[in-house]
Amino acid sequence: MDLRLPRVRKSAFTIWRRNALVWRRLIGPSLVINFGEPFLYLLGLGFGLGAFIETMDDMPYLTFLASGIIAASAMNTASFEGMYSVYTRMIPQRTYESMMATPIEVDDILAGEMMWCATKSLISGTAILAVAALLGAVSGWQALWVIPVIFLMGLCFAGPAMVMTSFATGYDFFNYYMTLVVTPMFILSGVFFPVTSLPVTAQFFIQLLPLTHAVDLVRPIVSGQAVTNPGLHIAVLLAYAMVGYYLAVILVRRRLVV
Amino acid sequence: MPEKINKIVRIDGLKKSYKTNTVVDGISFDVSQGKCFGLLGPNGAGKTTTLRLILGLSPADSGALSVFDLAMPANARLVRQRIGVVPQSDNLDPDFTVAENLYIYGSYFQISRSALAKRIKELLEFAGLQDRAETKIGALSGGMQRRLTIARALVNDPELIVLDEPTTGLDPQARHMIWGRLRKLMQQGKTLLLTTHYMEEAERLCDELIVMEQGKIIAQGSPTQLIHKNVESEVVEVRSGGEQAIKFLDDTNGYRVEKAGDTHYFYSNNASELVIKFEKIKDIVFLHRPANLEDVFLKLTGRELVD
Repeated sequence: MDLRLPRVRKSAFTIWRRNALVWRRLIGPSLVINFGEPFLYLLGLGFGLGAFIETMDDMPYLTFLASGIIAASAMNTASFEGMYSVYTRMIPQRTYESMMATPIEVDDILAGEMMWCATKSLISGTAILAVAALLGAVSGWQALWVIPVIFLMGLCFAGPAMVMTSFATGYDFFNYYMTLVVTPMFILSGVFFPVTSLPVTAQFFIQLLPLTHAVDLVRPIVSGQAVTNPGLHIAVLLAYAMVGYYLAVILVRRRLVV
Repeated sequence: MPEKINKIVRIDGLKKSYKTNTVVDGISFDVSQGKCFGLLGPNGAGKTTTLRLILGLSPADSGALSVFDLAMPANARLVRQRIGVVPQSDNLDPDFTVAENLYIYGSYFQISRSALAKRIKELLEFAGLQDRAETKIGALSGGMQRRLTIARALVNDPELIVLDEPTTGLDPQARHMIWGRLRKLMQQGKTLLLTTHYMEEAERLCDELIVMEQGKIIAQGSPTQLIHKNVESEVVEVRSGGEQAIKFLDDTNGYRVEKAGDTHYFYSNNASELVIKFEKIKDIVFLHRPANLEDVFLKLTGRELVD
């Protein structure tokens, strides 16, 4: 197995640009998803549940929920792109095969894919931020600091998703990861209610999950509170991104360079 | 003194196995500049794996391999910058149009936008797809897709073009069109390396070829050399009634007889006498023709090539 550390080169941007060009054609339907879904979540849950729960963690429930949904949507978008779309290009569509007949290598392809996953997270996360601001759930301009954080979250969730893709045998395989990893994080990592309301032992494990740290970064930025332990949270997100990228590269090499 | 010939590809004792299955078993050959070199053999002979090794898409187990005098796969990026690849089945990007496919593929070589614009115009012309620039890939016929795939392989103005079964699955008309394009490239001085299991293709295009079976090279030379060296000049191919024909001849001395499937092959350097005899037998269907590479393969392996 080729365990050499990946080298990220300029070619990665070529891959990113290819995906961006494809996306540009389908911009209508994708923006409907990016704006429509969070709008429904925030209106339905935010106002519906918000009628019973006025505040949570010293902020309006709508703000609590909006900041959680921003982080969750970065996770969902990057995971989906890193699994279903990357798999489509790698296996059935054989796009990587055509790329690898040129000077492009697996290192470049996956670096480009990862940046693209993060870009899509950025688009959907920013859309939700805009919707939340319209609904009055954002406390001020400092909330714009959340944008680079969303990009980092995209990288963080793209890494493990591409690791899954590297040994996926078909689309059904992703159900495991979606059901056993993504959904539990969505429910338990503090998107809808604070992690502190869970049993202490559970909290220990939940602290290992990247979405927990993503929420811990996003929520205070959106609500205008001070971020506690920003270094730790950023380090965790970076670690998932980098380890995920490295593992994905060596596993995809094993699959395609044989 | 023989003129010094540039070797584009040098292979010496190359081996590759997958688990216990040896796919390429110690092959050695060189590809000369400006020539068309063919890798001929049935499916599973190791042709595609040999190409993957040459492109640095697969690491060899042992042996030496260099392309443009650069060791592979260590210099894969550098080497692939100067190669054009036509894969076995088209992997055009279905998300894009004809022109966009060329544009995107060119960007993988870091070719500038302005250089590409000019190049794409030439390539569309070469592929006969000028009117289809804005067409989506799915709307192209098989022959058009193949022509586009070949045009795409030329986007970086490669010195060596590697083609894996360039005409498999095409109808005869489309096949002839592709052959015409490939000859054009040879006239431009490009080096071609192609795999095929069509004898006709190899005979028409290749200056030199190797015949592979089970990962080994079983014959090497120009098409005419190979035929001359291995088989008699004429064949009478009896498609039905072969057993009858053998009985009818008092002795088959002077004729070499091979059987493959339902067909009997009678080889001779002068088969006219045999033809006269066979014409007298009722109920046999036969064909008298000059020997070709198919016969070489049959003699060396005892089997027909494919189809």
